[in-house]
Amino acid sequence: MSVKHSLLVLLGDGDRYGYELRAEFEQRTGGVWPLNVGQVYSTLERLERDGLVLRAAAGDERQVRYALTEAGRAEVGAWWATPVPVANVGRDDVALKIALAVTSPGVDAGAVIHEQRRAVMTSLQELNRTKRASTDAAWDLVADALIFRAEAEIRWLDHTEQRLSLTRSKAGLPAAAPRRSVAASEAEAAR
Amino acid sequence: MTAAPDASPVLRLRDVAKTYGAGEAAVAALTGASLDVHGGEMVAVMGTSGSGKSTLLAIAGGLLAPTSGEVEVAGRPLATLSTRRLAAVRREVIGFVFQDFNLLPSLTALENVALPLDLGGASTATARSEARRALATLGMRERARSFPDELSGGQRQRVAIARAIVGERRLLLADEPTGALDSVTGEHVLEALRERADEGAAVVLVTHDARHAAWADRIVYLGDGRIVDETRAARPESLLSGGVQ
Repeated sequence: MSVKHSLLVLLGDGDRYGYELRAEFEQRTGGVWPLNVGQVYSTLERLERDGLVLRAAAGDERQVRYALTEAGRAEVGAWWATPVPVANVGRDDVALKIALAVTSPGVDAGAVIHEQRRAVMTSLQELNRTKRASTDAAWDLVADALIFRAEAEIRWLDHTEQRLSLTRSKAGLPAAAPRRSVAASEAEAAR
Repeated sequence: MTAAPDASPVLRLRDVAKTYGAGEAAVAALTGASLDVHGGEMVAVMGTSGSGKSTLLAIAGGLLAPTSGEVEVAGRPLATLSTRRLAAVRREVIGFVFQDFNLLPSLTALENVALPLDLGGASTATARSEARRALATLGMRERARSFPDELSGGQRQRVAIARAIVGERRLLLADEPTGALDSVTGEHVLEALRERADEGAAVVLVTHDARHAAWADRIVYLGDGRIVDETRAARPESLLSGGVQ
């Protein structure tokens, strides 16, 4: 997530104090990414150093208001015009772990998949329940993003499990490993 | 939301097996599935194609007899019922929601919803007023006089759900109820099912879609003809404390 660009976007609507920026950021993004005020100020310092913001005339000595510079405005324009980089293929932690499980003798990859699916499914249920109870449009939008991603992960896990079981049955192995915990199959492998 | 553990389940399946065909050609769709669903509870059934999901639902609804095992609906063992009594349980206790709506094109929305009550021998006035009430709970009061071909896909599915809940139906069985609906309309259908569960019905939802299953209190996975995995809803306070990234 780009804190830098988020702050620049907020400053595009008018000059703000650090505390105001934090509050507005959380309100406009559904409060999903808690931002501490220290992070806001350190980011503002960097933005100032890079000439993207400047300290506006301070009405109160203890509070500093920040304003967007022309360069800052151009940076925001460029950010809207550029897609968020798509994650590099192959750097997915879950894919990595399951790839290792599949190629490790004695590890029940099916059990690893079940544990992962259970965890994602549980969080999907929680997201769904929170969304149902919510009246915050910003949070709904963010919740939907998380819901669709969790769904995609489960579809991929199901797909992988099915492929794995087809490969096993072609190789004359039992079609599906009996369901059991990862710990149990590791203990068995250790024996 | 979930019924007290000592309350008897609305749906009770015990070691249910179903084999299609015989001898060499026999195919085991279910090999021993057990499942309890209480009033106020929504359970999603997931599994790959051919894992026995739809067979399970058909058996739970008394549309199909199991090869072995027990099925109880609202305390009645279905195997002991005469054909007539079984038909009455299906009509009075169980509501079905299918992917393709199954509405009769020559009847209005209201007449479609009233149909199960008409068939059950209710007076026309009672059937109509119950049907009107069911349509209203799904936000379809205004469309009561419309014919199915005058309704959108989402509206037709709401009528189908109204028909499934009309009267005092305690068990709702839904097989991929969102079908080809777009995702926002599909969400409204799930919302309607969820509300029925929150009002005390037992709801079983067969789906291959994890996003839909997430509306349920419990999610069971079918594999090799039996239930092989289960996810229960966790406590809401753990949300986002290291959940989905």
